[in-house]
Amino acid sequence: MLDLRKYSCLGAALRDALDRFSSEVCLIEADRDREKVRLTYSDFKEIALPLARALEDAEFDPGDRAAIIMTNQSKWLISAYAIFYCGGVLVPLDYKLTAAEHLQLLAHSKAKVLVVEYHLWRAITQSPEFPRIATKIVLVTESPLGSDLAGGFRWEDFKRKGAPDFIERQREDVACIVYSSGTGGRPKGCVLTHENYLEQCIALTTWYPFWPGVRYLSILPTNHAIDFMVGFIGPFVCGACVVHLRTLRPEFVRDAFVRYRITYVSLVPMIVKNLERGLRAKFDELPKWKRAILDSLIATNKLLTSRRPNVKLSRMLLPGVHRAFGGELLALITGGAFMEPSTMQFFYDLGVPVVNGYGLTEAGTALTLNDLKPFRADTVGKPLPGVELRILNPDADGVGEVAAHSKTIMSHYLDDPELTLETIVDGWLLTGDLGRFDGRGHLQLFGRKKNMIVTEGGKNIYPEDIETVFDGLPVKEYCVFAANYIWPKKELGAETLTLVLRLEPNQQLDSKLLEDISSRNRKLPDFKRVGGYLVWDKDFPRTASMKIKRQVLAEEISKAAERTAIVGL
Amino acid sequence: MPTADQTLDEILNLAASHFKVPRQKLSPDEDFFKALGIDSLQTLDLLTKLENHFHVELPDYELQGVTDFRTLAVKIQSRL
Repeated sequence: MLDLRKYSCLGAALRDALDRFSSEVCLIEADRDREKVRLTYSDFKEIALPLARALEDAEFDPGDRAAIIMTNQSKWLISAYAIFYCGGVLVPLDYKLTAAEHLQLLAHSKAKVLVVEYHLWRAITQSPEFPRIATKIVLVTESPLGSDLAGGFRWEDFKRKGAPDFIERQREDVACIVYSSGTGGRPKGCVLTHENYLEQCIALTTWYPFWPGVRYLSILPTNHAIDFMVGFIGPFVCGACVVHLRTLRPEFVRDAFVRYRITYVSLVPMIVKNLERGLRAKFDELPKWKRAILDSLIATNKLLTSRRPNVKLSRMLLPGVHRAFGGELLALITGGAFMEPSTMQFFYDLGVPVVNGYGLTEAGTALTLNDLKPFRADTVGKPLPGVELRILNPDADGVGEVAAHSKTIMSHYLDDPELTLETIVDGWLLTGDLGRFDGRGHLQLFGRKKNMIVTEGGKNIYPEDIETVFDGLPVKEYCVFAANYIWPKKELGAETLTLVLRLEPNQQLDSKLLEDISSRNRKLPDFKRVGGYLVWDKDFPRTASMKIKRQVLAEEISKAAERTAIVGL
Repeated sequence: MPTADQTLDEILNLAASHFKVPRQKLSPDEDFFKALGIDSLQTLDLLTKLENHFHVELPDYELQGVTDFRTLAVKIQSRL
């Protein structure tokens, strides 16, 4: 791989990677079982540079911001490289947000350029807020010829001949603005520098190196911090290959493992559990005698790999299982949400190591990772090289807030010095997560101090962001909480949001009001929905500016009511 | 070609049988995540079953934001 210590910016590292590994395949893009694109590093460069030149001609200047709203595909990475080549700042946005949310974040980030897929652009142009869009240059991918692009340009035609000027950036310059949340109220745009990414990449590849020939299956959205690093920057600076699959259908995901002989993949718990369900169902279909043999082979594998993984041995012992994963899988990487230890153990016992980690967008990608020496299903691993962690104000069990200090910690929140000061104190990032170290230096997580949940799909949901859907609800006041924020639990998983209602005097919670609540709740994507409600009989405490004092309210509720008072929706 | 109502009815039947839920418990405007007790990946599974049944192909993004059977039926009907 490239020696990233020598580089000052991502653009320069990627540029050298394209030359150094020119004949290696860098990208494969498949839609279901149809391969659509296969590019070498040299092909990638040939497509990206005319785009970079066209951006320069369109006065996209160093430091200007360019947003990408796309599903995982080759044009995402090509566009990102062209943006870095021009010295631009990348703003990767979650394609699963609504059009209104996209417009809100485009405005907040002040993106001058937007690269967007046609179907997503169509939704944006149909939004009532669209006329106020300030983004100057919109490049639309895969638009049908002759379609109305509402002032946008076809990505495929947006190219110019001639070599673009490469713009070198310094390590402290901004590389990306990544939104960790805040679409409903206060956008949290994490400003990450080139140094943040280069140092993160060095740390991750020190423990888990890539090399030419490695094929990484990119399933998590590329706008997500994990996939951006492990499904783009990491593989590229090592000459590895990224496989994009334009569907999350479980049968095609399984097929891709075999078709492309995948080496590594990052998955959120929801997908890992789906794979587990599929395998368990297959095991259950086996005749009794075959099942008995399988169980004994699994037990043998478990015994022989208890100290460290031995994938060669596991492949010999359990060839059928490993063939189903393509035969070359070295590890499943997980993170971004709570993963049940039993699921991780299930895969490890089959000889498929699960590398569990912990991180947050504000910290680059990962702060800790399991080094598999030995495998531990009950922790999120050890701090990565260069990462210092502290447990603040530990209780009698040693559990306290995790604080992090590292070169990978973001510079600040975009346009929010107040929130930055609250979050980064004396150079330490206050994560809001509760944890402790065990005797072997592994971090164990026990819940959150902050009012938010993380779904099995790896989505951070902040109550403030979804409250707007209840605007106008005919009650005196309302507020959404993470249930664990009101009633702290020293464990993760099964997190849910609760709507706290304060009714008008003499108002009853009748079926009409309940239907109104349910119908509003259904307007939210399934992963953002409130799980239940609780009627509160006192006025909400408020600040002088009439903001709800959430922490005070949560404490009042926890003293007066049990978690069981929540009524399911 | 089936009518829109027939398509909707077939979707409800298929969903009920695939996820082993009594057919009478499902209604067209119901939130299928809640009615079937499924997550978004299982919804993709259902979509595959529906594609095979109706011989159409729906990209994943077509399902984004769709939460009730009736809207799903409209998406499928438009491709028949």
